Amino acid sequence: MSKLLTVSPSPHVHTDDSTRKIMYRVVYALIPALIWSVFVFGLDALRVTAIAIIACLALEYVIQKYMMKIKPSIYDGSALVTGILLAFNVPANIPWWIIVIGAIAAVGIGKLSFGGLGSNIFNPALVGRVFLLISFPVQMTSWPVNQQSGVDGVTTATPLGVIKEGLMNGTPVSQLLPELPATSDMLLGNISGSLGEISALILILGGLYMLYKKVITWEIPVSVIGSVAAIAAIFWLVDPQNYVNPVYHLLTGGLMLGAIYMATDMVSSPMTSKGQIIYGVGIGAITISIRLFGAYPEGISFAILIMNAFTPLINNYVKPKRFGGN
Amino acid sequence: MLKTFKLGGVHPPENKLSADKPIEELPLPKSVFIPVAQHIGAPATPVVKRGDEVKVGQLIAKSSSFVSTNIHSSVSGKVKKVDFSADSSGYPKQGVLIDVEGDEWIEEIDRSEDFVKEFNLEGQEIINKIQEAGIVGLGGATFPTHVKLVPPKGMKAEVLLINGVECEPYLTSDHRLMLEKTDEILTGTKLLMKALNVEKAVVGIENNKPDAIQQLSEKCKEYEGISVVALKVKYPQGGEKQLIKAVTGKEVPSGALPIAVGAVVSNVGTAFAVYEAVQKNKPLFERVITITGKGVEKPSNFKVRVGTPTSALVETAGGLPENTGKVISGGPMMGRAVPSLDIPVTKGTSGILLMEDEEAKRGDSNPCIRCSRCTGVCPMGLEPYFLRTVSEKQLFDRAEENRIMDCIECGSCSYTCPSNLPLLDYIRFGKGKVGQIIRSRKK
Repeated sequence: MSKLLTVSPSPHVHTDDSTRKIMYRVVYALIPALIWSVFVFGLDALRVTAIAIIACLALEYVIQKYMMKIKPSIYDGSALVTGILLAFNVPANIPWWIIVIGAIAAVGIGKLSFGGLGSNIFNPALVGRVFLLISFPVQMTSWPVNQQSGVDGVTTATPLGVIKEGLMNGTPVSQLLPELPATSDMLLGNISGSLGEISALILILGGLYMLYKKVITWEIPVSVIGSVAAIAAIFWLVDPQNYVNPVYHLLTGGLMLGAIYMATDMVSSPMTSKGQIIYGVGIGAITISIRLFGAYPEGISFAILIMNAFTPLINNYVKPKRFGGN
Repeated sequence: MLKTFKLGGVHPPENKLSADKPIEELPLPKSVFIPVAQHIGAPATPVVKRGDEVKVGQLIAKSSSFVSTNIHSSVSGKVKKVDFSADSSGYPKQGVLIDVEGDEWIEEIDRSEDFVKEFNLEGQEIINKIQEAGIVGLGGATFPTHVKLVPPKGMKAEVLLINGVECEPYLTSDHRLMLEKTDEILTGTKLLMKALNVEKAVVGIENNKPDAIQQLSEKCKEYEGISVVALKVKYPQGGEKQLIKAVTGKEVPSGALPIAVGAVVSNVGTAFAVYEAVQKNKPLFERVITITGKGVEKPSNFKVRVGTPTSALVETAGGLPENTGKVISGGPMMGRAVPSLDIPVTKGTSGILLMEDEEAKRGDSNPCIRCSRCTGVCPMGLEPYFLRTVSEKQLFDRAEENRIMDCIECGSCSYTCPSNLPLLDYIRFGKGKVGQIIRSRKK
């Protein structure tokens, strides 16, 4: 026989799934929330998202090609996901150059300085967001008005901001309630906040799609959301004048976006089911601690980054259940 | 709820192309090369020399130790030489090359089609017959069956599991055998039960073979102590430890043999071979082999004499397709890619799979994104991504701590990795090194 046969070790078949398909499924899951944000914040939302995506892809290409001198991997979808998530984490009225700085922090520092996809310890989009929050506190916390909410004006405070400021000034919860949105508005997303975080309902639906497509598992979202709800409920039950109903904690701010889309980032979260629950509860506990006792009204970004740092430690100590007993 | 094992598992496309093709006898080849090492353990010692006339079923190589087996001629004719030639590993191995002349069988073999159900033998007599007949596990591991039937001191078998799972995609030889040789398999099972002195045997069959499940369930009513259990389709359920877990719910401890939980596992093909050896005096020199592949004209199940070159099967199944890129001895998950079609089939060959160029090539790998799917599918509860890293970095003590030796090399991790990383390649390397270290420690 003239033709040579391929000889390679088993297995000789491979699933048709790929990193790229996984990344694109995350993108599909995020699109409804993007559409809603355009509906709410107008074309500004689209502008911010487009700039973030282009900046992340371009930076990844340039850094990989000219600084790292490796084949750029911009088609694997990971920079695209980072771009969208970065945009989702900033106000829709943010100037373009701030987004670009955020992209540099996200892709350049958060991802590529660690070695690129798979090697990053921290979620790149959150590195970008936190970098911006610390560097540009004013721009990062002046929220555009939700065009669906019927409120006049240019900027407004987020529900969590209202709660934090009110409680710090000693206003009891009962007097704050009229200033806060109705539960249905919070669920649907008729509130203000970062570009992609406002509609809990749409974010949950995207999460269910990712769960169905096996991009994420239930452990992280459930443990994050569950622990926030549980801790917030305890404080509320003990002292309802100084702590708000847990519903506000669940449906406003970045909890849903963080718990479903950012904490579940495969690269920076633990590998085992038990490890993921420990990680998720850690995120939930830190988030609610910052919200209730910290200086910032919102804490999920910090919480996820802090727990990202614990991921290698969790992986080291929490091993899967072995066949035949551990 | 169908039974199955708990940890991990994957479900690759089944592609059982030859499932409805009855077993046909493959025409005799012109010559056969019969390796003397077709089993786990010491190679057998040749007892024939150049120029000897041999008959079908005649002993040509003698078992050289307890963990070894006899090898019998699969054809009649003249020994051309006792030499080295490549087997499925690709390396030259000692064997007997025989030019085929006619088809003359030794007289002891009962060649009638009659089914013989009754037997009146003691356990040890059965074991002796099995040992003489050179029977090995036909599921692929080729461990000498007579060794398995003698539990180590202080251990007692409680249940015999007959493996009719055939979880490898494409392969259908066990499936066909169960349909066509039901009584023989069940009688073989009874013989094994007697040899092991157990009262209970369970045949495990995956649910994608409902005809076999139905037929065996029906027939096994006539055999006391044998039952059939339908299993959910999940790879690698045919793995010994996974099958034991699925059927009995017990987990074989790390490093231990199935007998540690009172179980002995034999393949349906092995049970059939035991029937033939004991009831028909027929040594193991032929077996059922599936020849299949997407480009194969006539995917079939053939009864093939051991030593037949792979090319003979390929020819009878319609010839080698133009775009063949890889020839696999066994199934796509655990089979071995062979370097040429001259390789002889052996006792352990369950199938020949021809893969097209496109399927044969491995795709490019991407960085690990820590999706943890490999950990999720590992049926042994290991962390393939981690074992890969420590093997690559040669941190063998950490590999050992993380139970690298538990790996059964089922390939579920590499199969499922979305970054297409050759996880199992690294783990095999690590296992080899850790194995060396463990052995050197014992010295």
